[in-house]
Amino acid sequence: MVKEIERAGFPIVQMANLVPVAKTVGSNKIVPTISIPYPLGDPNTPEEQQWKLRYHRVGVALDALTMDVQEQTVFDVKF
Amino acid sequence: MKKAILYLNQFFGQIGGEDKADFAPVIEEGLIGPAAELNKKLENAEVTHTIICGDNFMGSKQDEAVETILNFLEDKEFDIFFAGPAFQAGRYGNACGVICKAVKEKFGVPVVSSMHIENPGVEMFRKDVYIFQGGHSAAKMRKDVKTMATFGDKILSGEKLLPAEEEGYFPRGIRHQVWLESKKPASDRVVEMLVKKLNGEEFETELPIPKADRVPIASPVKDLSKATIAIVNTGGIVPVDNPDRIQSASATRWGKYDVSNMERLKGGEFKTIHAGFDPAAADANPNVIVPLDALRAYEKEGKIGKVHEYFYTTVGTGTTQAEAARMGKEIVEHLKEANVDGVIMVST
Repeated sequence: MVKEIERAGFPIVQMANLVPVAKTVGSNKIVPTISIPYPLGDPNTPEEQQWKLRYHRVGVALDALTMDVQEQTVFDVKF
Repeated sequence: MKKAILYLNQFFGQIGGEDKADFAPVIEEGLIGPAAELNKKLENAEVTHTIICGDNFMGSKQDEAVETILNFLEDKEFDIFFAGPAFQAGRYGNACGVICKAVKEKFGVPVVSSMHIENPGVEMFRKDVYIFQGGHSAAKMRKDVKTMATFGDKILSGEKLLPAEEEGYFPRGIRHQVWLESKKPASDRVVEMLVKKLNGEEFETELPIPKADRVPIASPVKDLSKATIAIVNTGGIVPVDNPDRIQSASATRWGKYDVSNMERLKGGEFKTIHAGFDPAAADANPNVIVPLDALRAYEKEGKIGKVHEYFYTTVGTGTTQAEAARMGKEIVEHLKEANVDGVIMVST
């Protein structure tokens, strides 16, 4: 799906837990998430921490959309 | 006796070479060029007609060519349609793919072709057509025709068809459930594979991942503060009544849901129908998969221009790449219409 959307010319970033799979299928911009059932917020942690994580990683993804990368890139996240 | 029709280009249809590539489609009764060989090799059908069309005509006036040929076929009886072999001839491969796909869609008959692996027609049409792996040049004519005929006979006789690799055609990206003759359970087979892998021995996966075709990296968003950002997810986040009845696994459907009046996705209003993981976390807080709340925060701050009115959902587990690609293409049309500037895909 990522590829078809990118093929149509839309900048797209994939937020994925299985980064190697995202790479194999050909996503060009990848931001890691923390798990499969809850990619952007671990329910075992306080709400505040979940929000911080989600806000941060979505921010990284948004910045990734503006980056002019030349190859498949996995973007770094802080938490 | 069942009936078959064969499509050829101007060269193999004995009209002429490159100078005749603009040749408009014709249908001839009987056997021309490779049609004779195909007819000889086919046991369960006879080739009744040969269609010939110039490669450039098909390339540059595709709609007209397809329409003309479909009209030729309208009053013909046939049970199977063949095209080529096209070897490594790119335009011919394209032509075979185009016409096979159109014939299959209109008449619902099996369509069979053969191409060299490097023929661009393979990637373009392998999902729609049984394309057998053929030779590089016409030197392999007899062999490739025989392959097509053997498979055609098999289809026509209703014999059980084996997976793409065993039959010898390019995988179409379709998965079938099969019962193994050996009755050996999956748990045993996977452990055997693992043991082989650990011993550094060759093993054959039962779930080959098709080789990736790379897409050029799209030009980046120039000004995020004016950009409309859309979220797509494969985590199955839907309104609680799942109005589009998206399947929980092996999805073939997707949905788009209006969030223009929402600050965040509320548990109880949205949930996940994904069957591949424990839904508790996403049911309680769907924003962990569709981070609408975070995007709204960035919208308020002015980091992004706007959150797109809708988010898009399907389920990624067990979904074939072919289906995913189709759904992706369908979603693209909506993104275009809404002038979306950038997309965040959350996959689970």
